[in-house]
Amino acid sequence: MLERIKQILIKEFIQIFRDPRSRGVVFVMPILQVIVFGYAVTTDVKHVATGIYDRDNSISSREVVARLVKSGYFEVKEIVSQEAQVRELLDRGQVQALVRINKGFGQSLSAGGKAPVQLIVDGTDSNTAAIVLNYAGKIVAQYSQEILADRSARLFAGRQPFGRVELESRAWFNENLESRNFYVPGVIALLVMLITLLLTSMAVVREKEIGTMEQIMVTPITPKEFILGKTVPFTLISFIDVILITLVGVYWFEVPIRGNLLLLLLATGLYLMTTLGAGLLISTVSRTQQQAMMSAFFFQFPAVLLSGFVFPIANMPEVVQWLTFFNPLRYFLVIIRGIFLKGVGVNILWPNMLALAVMGLIVLWTASKRFRKTMA
Amino acid sequence: MNWMRTWAMARKEFIHIFRDPRSLGMGIAIPMIMLILFGYALTLDVDNVPMVIWDQNRSQASREFISHFLGSRYFSLQAFVDNYREVKQAIDSRRALVSLIIPPDFAGCLASGRPTPVQLIVDGSDSNTATIAMGYAEVITMTFSQDIALKEIQRKGGQVVANPIDLQPRVWFNADLESRNYIIPGLIAVIMMVIAALMTSLTVAREWEQGTMEQLISTPVKAQELILGKLFPYFMIGLFDVLLAVLMGEFLFHVPLRGNVALIFAQAAIFLIGTLSLGLLISIVTKSQLLASQLAMVATFLPAFLLSGFAYPIRSMPQVLQWITYLIPAKYFVTLLKGIYLKGVGPRVLMVEGIFLAVFGLIMFVLANKKFKKKLT
Repeated sequence: MLERIKQILIKEFIQIFRDPRSRGVVFVMPILQVIVFGYAVTTDVKHVATGIYDRDNSISSREVVARLVKSGYFEVKEIVSQEAQVRELLDRGQVQALVRINKGFGQSLSAGGKAPVQLIVDGTDSNTAAIVLNYAGKIVAQYSQEILADRSARLFAGRQPFGRVELESRAWFNENLESRNFYVPGVIALLVMLITLLLTSMAVVREKEIGTMEQIMVTPITPKEFILGKTVPFTLISFIDVILITLVGVYWFEVPIRGNLLLLLLATGLYLMTTLGAGLLISTVSRTQQQAMMSAFFFQFPAVLLSGFVFPIANMPEVVQWLTFFNPLRYFLVIIRGIFLKGVGVNILWPNMLALAVMGLIVLWTASKRFRKTMA
Repeated sequence: MNWMRTWAMARKEFIHIFRDPRSLGMGIAIPMIMLILFGYALTLDVDNVPMVIWDQNRSQASREFISHFLGSRYFSLQAFVDNYREVKQAIDSRRALVSLIIPPDFAGCLASGRPTPVQLIVDGSDSNTATIAMGYAEVITMTFSQDIALKEIQRKGGQVVANPIDLQPRVWFNADLESRNYIIPGLIAVIMMVIAALMTSLTVAREWEQGTMEQLISTPVKAQELILGKLFPYFMIGLFDVLLAVLMGEFLFHVPLRGNVALIFAQAAIFLIGTLSLGLLISIVTKSQLLASQLAMVATFLPAFLLSGFAYPIRSMPQVLQWITYLIPAKYFVTLLKGIYLKGVGPRVLMVEGIFLAVFGLIMFVLANKKFKKKLT
């Protein structure tokens, strides 16, 4: 039996590595994806393209603009001098925010009155818009506070300190709030799923589609050995990819890894059981590679979106949140981010690992049972 | 070029598609599921951030301060805790994302007119949520301080004072900042890429793998006719998906459509020709379904998803990556869709993007024709 498993493993490895292009798929693609995800997937907002329409042009109005620029969040792209330009700039998307200060701003401020500053934000990207509104609100409130302090000093002769609360925010686990620290570990989970689920199911179905399955069936190989032969190579490749991506993440993107690497590999093993099982299951219900690919995508796409990889689970409707409990990716993401960023161990992560183990056993068992039936 | 032969080719492809109802069903169901997920379930908007509070002061002033947080829809209280260990536990176990720690001398410090430090600990692992939550907390704190100052001046001076500068924010194009309004138009572009990546990229490779290409080669069908015939059915499926997406956007999600619907379909048709030709090109070059599917994912779906500005702002990417996005056709299509949907702008503003898409479509179609050889190797 061991001899037969060895033979089919050799066959599989030859099949995967025969074509240099498929070597690329297995090893270059993961690295490419980490790099793209590490750089592209960022929801940080900096250098917002800003237009300035200062109709007042007084000391105070220039001060408002200067403070916005100094914060580093806003970058002046256009100085507007006509009303018609406002619409045009926003329509064309040349600016995302536009500050309009009307005539009389400085005057009414120095007279001790109230003066408006208008901020027009392009809401097409609602996430960026919300952050921009926050930034501007903070900066303007700060200035406003200082003017108020000045006024009260004049009013009551001598500075009058007011009590004020100062918020000292501290971000744990990711001090500089780098998006990539959040996404790069997640890519590991994503790629492992991609490789095992899609490649396993397609590799099995290809034998059916091009007719070589019949040749395998006339050999003395048993279904169990066949399953092992098909899954072990991708398992090994997955582990190598996990290490590869971790290396790129740690050395290229400088993502911290604070927890135990062995625990990460162990958890990867548990997670692999679920994805390999799902891949086998898909192969039992598909006749052609196209069907296998579509089915894998059909499973994978919602699994990625409903995992908390990008979109926080807490924001989803209640019903959908329940659904995510059946998603292995959800548990693995918690584990992988816990190990990378928080450095937590089994004592905190065990419920997630248990969930993966239980799911993995169920899926793998169902898949191999179905698989033996379809082969027989 | 013979239309009869082209049509025969298209009919053959139609039969292939309809004989496999599951693939066709999924080709239509996957876009629908994407729309429903993005329309209902997925949002980057942050509210109801779970929070624990450690109030070491327990005074009128600290309760007043806390009520400012709980009164906003941005934070939702999970528990009051009594020590640092519980704070750490809550954040480690992800029960809370934010923790507010009020010092023992909060009220005294505030009354004496000194700056009073309050600590906010945020779980930074999700940097987006953390940034937005911190922003909210700062605005709430600032409003609180401002109220104190205003009250103080009023008490002493006996006159009503207002805040000197009044920021009047206006959000254009998407007044309620609904993330679905900006996700769904962009999603149409992603959906088309799915068709190209999942269906078209396999179609020629399959003929090679199964050996039916030999039979095709022995027929009088010309390369150009074969490619057009192969494209046509997927073009129809793609347009059908766009129609469904537009209808769902209108009647299910009520995404405002301020521009011209005909313009959307015209641009979609041009974009489809480009992406489907790209899918075919991949299929022609690889001759293997497994490789074609992987390559198509990398060349069509991922860039459309990540580098098109569909969900992630291009301006926040590193400069080099920003240049690369100019090569991604989906970027232009996403800009077009968002412009037509939310801004209601027309060809005058969107001319450049439209030309770019047309050029892309033409290049891909010509390349696919060039690369396809009716020859056995």
